[in-house]
Amino acid sequence: MKKARVTTAIMAMALVSLTAMSCKDSKNEESAAPMSSEMHQENVSDKSDETAMNDEQNSDAKQVLADYMALKNALVATNKEDAAKAGKKLESSLNSFDVSSYTSEEQTELKDIIADAKEHAEHIGKSEMDHQREHFKTLSKDILDMVAITGTETTLYQQFCPMYDGGSAWLSMEKEIKNPYYGSKMMACGKVQKEIN
Amino acid sequence: MKIVKIIALILLVVFVVIQFVPTERNQSDVIPKSDFVMVNKPPKNVSMILQESCYDCHSNNTDYPWYNKIQPVAWFLEDHIKEGKAELNFNEWDSLSSRRKSSKLRSIIKQIESGEMPLYSYTLIHRDAILSTSEKELVINYMKQIKDSLQ
Repeated sequence: MKKARVTTAIMAMALVSLTAMSCKDSKNEESAAPMSSEMHQENVSDKSDETAMNDEQNSDAKQVLADYMALKNALVATNKEDAAKAGKKLESSLNSFDVSSYTSEEQTELKDIIADAKEHAEHIGKSEMDHQREHFKTLSKDILDMVAITGTETTLYQQFCPMYDGGSAWLSMEKEIKNPYYGSKMMACGKVQKEIN
Repeated sequence: MKIVKIIALILLVVFVVIQFVPTERNQSDVIPKSDFVMVNKPPKNVSMILQESCYDCHSNNTDYPWYNKIQPVAWFLEDHIKEGKAELNFNEWDSLSSRRKSSKLRSIIKQIESGEMPLYSYTLIHRDAILSTSEKELVINYMKQIKDSLQ
């Protein structure tokens, strides 16, 4: 008799929670913890204009470039996990990019580039491969514009694949073409457009 | 039968109590000057689609359904809207630089093309937010046009 009672109780509980759940499912498929969502709202930290030495500056830009290259290599290898990891790394490097040693005009431009690139890096950190590649295209444009301001110690090659999304560019440290938009499917598709020193 | 009653009672109490937890409502009477529609002045049919299918989550003003008054539904909606606005807020369109506008437009086009937006979980209930093939085309072409005019 007791057993029957417990069973009924469990059934009732299951029913009630199911009803509650079905409501949730239809409304929202991705966010599991609505209460905590306020926490991860990104904090746009205002960059302080103090203490930044020139070589620090260069190292920030260098780090961004290094992370970008890691991301590019992961895309060449068609490795979603590595690309996501590199995207997150790039996002944090962009976050700590100190622009204060540049001229105010350059700063405005750099801040704009960083804000845009950060968003792409963030999405690459949590998306599927084809999405990662979509964002990589715009990100490449951002990084290219960044390099135009910051300069680069290592020689960079601006490469171009005419097939992907009406033509898409990327940056590489090697002259040889390894296509990040198609990976092994079309590894050698593309050409060097420009050499950047 | 006693246990059943107790459990039912507890659940009822929880349900009633959470109704008193306040949620932030996304509502505003003002359409700022920076609004996408105000700035770009799209044709009526385009702006109607944006209003119907996008603005609930991508602007400062949500046209709330009646069931938003019931918890826990309101929490989920609140979260959705917060996330949507963080990605793209049409009301603040003109505060973006052209670089960022161009990025956003690209994402808008891609996501409508792939059917990712409007979200399935949203159109499930908002049937009139579903975009037909011709509506999709209309919006996408318009967005492309705006994007081209940026450069």
